[in-house]
Amino acid sequence: MRKLEKHVVARVEEVVPGQPLVRQVKGRQVGIFNLHGEYFALLNRCPHQSAELCRGRITHLVRAKRAGAFEVSRQGEFIKCPWHGWEFDIRTGQSWCDPNSINVRQFGVTVERGETLVKGPYVAETFPVSVEDSYIVLEM
Amino acid sequence: MNEIVREDAVVGDGAKARLDLIDCDIHPYPRTRAELYQFLPKEWREHVETYGARGSQPFLGLMHIPRVQQARLDSKPETGPAGSDLKLMQEQLLDFYDIKYGILQPFGPGGAGNLLNWGLANAVCAAVNDWQIACWLEPEPRLRGSVLLPQEDWEASVKLIGRHAGDKRFAQITLHARSAEPLGKRRYWPIYEAAERLGLPVAIHSSGYGQYAPSGAGWMSFYIEEHHSYAHTMQTAIISMVMEGVFERFPSLKLVAVEGGFAWVPPLAWRLDKVWLRNRTETPHVKRPPSEYMRSNVWYATQPVEEPETPSQISDVIEWIGPDRLLFATDYPHWDMDDPRYAFKYPLDKEIRARIFSANAKELYGFA
Repeated sequence: MRKLEKHVVARVEEVVPGQPLVRQVKGRQVGIFNLHGEYFALLNRCPHQSAELCRGRITHLVRAKRAGAFEVSRQGEFIKCPWHGWEFDIRTGQSWCDPNSINVRQFGVTVERGETLVKGPYVAETFPVSVEDSYIVLEM
Repeated sequence: MNEIVREDAVVGDGAKARLDLIDCDIHPYPRTRAELYQFLPKEWREHVETYGARGSQPFLGLMHIPRVQQARLDSKPETGPAGSDLKLMQEQLLDFYDIKYGILQPFGPGGAGNLLNWGLANAVCAAVNDWQIACWLEPEPRLRGSVLLPQEDWEASVKLIGRHAGDKRFAQITLHARSAEPLGKRRYWPIYEAAERLGLPVAIHSSGYGQYAPSGAGWMSFYIEEHHSYAHTMQTAIISMVMEGVFERFPSLKLVAVEGGFAWVPPLAWRLDKVWLRNRTETPHVKRPPSEYMRSNVWYATQPVEEPETPSQISDVIEWIGPDRLLFATDYPHWDMDDPRYAFKYPLDKEIRARIFSANAKELYGFA
């Protein structure tokens, strides 16, 4: 397996809840999500028919013990493909309906302080890093 | 870990199907009511403003399936509904998949052909046909139209067919599956007579509109249930046309079942043959086994392609129907559209692919 490189992809302030930030990393489009201050990254491509996943709706999980009795949970933690409506768990990239055979590729994400980042080794050619800010670092 | 999609297929890489692709089901929508009004005579505009476009829908004032209107979320232009912007359609569909010909399937407000006031149905269908020419077929020569008909009124329908007779911009006429009576009934025969005489295929399109509820037991609770009615309302139409003897009377008639999927076709044929063999004397005007008419006179647009648990089994289904009977369709911009690269979950034989994605439609519609 190839060694993962670390990429500085955004300042934390740029990724707001409910709105994925799409960035190009090593030629791939990746959506970065903020779930109540936790960060996750998914490939911006639905594994079903390749739609751009991040153009879909951010949503919740809805379940029901009987018809019409909706139970809503995990607000903002799912993304629904803009084409056919497949629901994916942003925390895991797994499809809710078919978790064993369909999932979106997920990438590891950490938040690092600028002062640690300037020491490297990180790939941040296109991204100016300043000591005062915090950054989202993605492994690919 | 993308299990289904190949690694090298990246969205937006302009991955072309390179198949001379023909798309047999594209839905255009007017950007605004005013866009369609240009083609509707003033008296009918006033009629609609005053009395409304009365259809047999229980849900007044809204399309009862927002799921359909909502379409692919990325297909909505800046103004107007999905499917109302030619430029976006070119970008997302015609250019993106390198489509050689695309056939429009317009609905028109309230299903147009299903409006209860026949005079209005006629005026609106005529307007929709003129709108197709002006807004789609003229500016984009890859597109072909479907003549929409006030289908319950055969006299008006035949006149509308005559209005566009010989106009190669139209590929076919189109009827909605949820008609007032099963589509094989004699009231519809003048439409078939005209279509056969002019060599125009008759498409039957599944519809969220109709004269009655989509099931024999009335209205179902959920959209998922109604979505399946696209298959069984299509079956009702085909069974009726076969058993009423439409294809005996009009042997050159070409029928295209659009947006009903196709995996149900073999069991329908088997079942009809079995019952017909034991009850032939009820319908002695039906000279051949029903399956034979389904093989000789009916084509099936593929979308939504069924996905068997064992993906290779789709090849058996294709074999049973006949690879020469299937026509690829996307259904753009609806949410359940099929992407030509991924619609079939099993790699089809090269020759069969060429037939389904292009050759069959070329022959059927006489495209160059």
